[in-house]
Amino acid sequence: MKRITLPLTDEQISTLKAGDSVLLTGTMITGRDAAHKRLFELAEKGEKLPVDIKGETIYYVGPAPAKPGYAVGPAGPTSSYRMDKYAPKLLDMGLKGMVGKGRRNDEVIKAVVRNHAVYFAAIGGAAALIAKSIKKTEPICYEDLGTESIRRYYVEDFPCVVAVDCKGNDVYNNL
Amino acid sequence: METRKINAREITETVKKLFMDCNYFIGEDILNALEKARENETSDTAESVLSQIIENDKIAAEEEIPMCQDTGIAVLFVEYGDKVFIDGDFEQAVQQGVREAYTDGYLRKSVVDDPVFDRINTKDNTPAIIHTRIVSGDKIRITAGGKGFGSENMSAIKMLTPSYGVEGVKSFILDTVRAAGPNPCPPIVVGVGIGGTFERAAQLAKKATFRSIDTSNPDERYRALEKELLDEINKMGFGPAGLGGKTCALGVNIETSPTHIAGMPVAVNICCHAARHKTAEI
Repeated sequence: MKRITLPLTDEQISTLKAGDSVLLTGTMITGRDAAHKRLFELAEKGEKLPVDIKGETIYYVGPAPAKPGYAVGPAGPTSSYRMDKYAPKLLDMGLKGMVGKGRRNDEVIKAVVRNHAVYFAAIGGAAALIAKSIKKTEPICYEDLGTESIRRYYVEDFPCVVAVDCKGNDVYNNL
Repeated sequence: METRKINAREITETVKKLFMDCNYFIGEDILNALEKARENETSDTAESVLSQIIENDKIAAEEEIPMCQDTGIAVLFVEYGDKVFIDGDFEQAVQQGVREAYTDGYLRKSVVDDPVFDRINTKDNTPAIIHTRIVSGDKIRITAGGKGFGSENMSAIKMLTPSYGVEGVKSFILDTVRAAGPNPCPPIVVGVGIGGTFERAAQLAKKATFRSIDTSNPDERYRALEKELLDEINKMGFGPAGLGGKTCALGVNIETSPTHIAGMPVAVNICCHAARHKTAEI
């Protein structure tokens, strides 16, 4: 089990191989369908994004509400392919890591390689367990989107697997 | 049989409890199947993924929090006794139960009003999808589940025609599951509806996912088909979380209906390993 600190460095990304089990510690941002659509549309127009994505890792998640006393509600990954339309653009703008679940299309994998980035898969449906590794969250933008708003998460030993590494190896293709 | 009066509030309370319970408490059939699957796995990754899923489900039950953040769109199958008289509005009572479960139970509100243009969250997870059947009697039986869309999106329907035969049915089901692969949070439960019309097949497929995986189709030919398909799916190798292994599905449930001389519709509704559903009778 490799321990990785966030934000990711180019050196760290080079050591990651598809299939590696890793534990992430540090900060990541969240965003899924609706937030991606907004970021993408701004980027297409050449406008400034409300969050600096350079060097960031984004977690595709829409958490359940937190019960009193909890930092976050259950927060497992959502299916990544729905972000495939937007991910290459964000990677070209400096995004370094993505966390989700399931397959990505060829365009995303090419963009991962082109930008020396990485795609991690967390276990779909293990939301209550994964939430234990999320220690703190704070809003960044798009709060009107509710569960789909962009937030910053501070995570400790967040469990996932390298699904697509910087050379373009895809864990789902080896099956 | 005399008419029996049921207070609308009782329906609301029942529906509320069903949705909270199905999100917090994993079905015993599923938990047993996950544990059996873990013993059967030989790869460390598959074993570890199943252990994490089992641990997750135990945390959810102990802490009474949802096992998955996608607490689903509310789907209910209602068998409504024709001797029941409701003191109030049935539809509103059900929607209120959903509203209260998702609000008071810390469940995620995942429903948007308009599917194409506005996509504004309704903020209380209503409206629920209610399938009602009038039956003889003075009771109301409700089976409810929160359907997540990671798996719902991987579902498919095809209007097969009679000459496809059982081989055509098998191919379509297996092709659908293969195409879904790692996406719908395997190990999955596969609900299959065969026959009827376009919409009946889809409804039966959903109903099949709401059946315990410890049960089988009463017709031995379909029972054999359920078993054969489960074996074939588990040979696909995508495994738990799609990271490889022997456990791709926990169960295949088939429901059938008489159909037209020209048709043989087949619907495949895929469900993740949470397979949420609970039943209550009022």
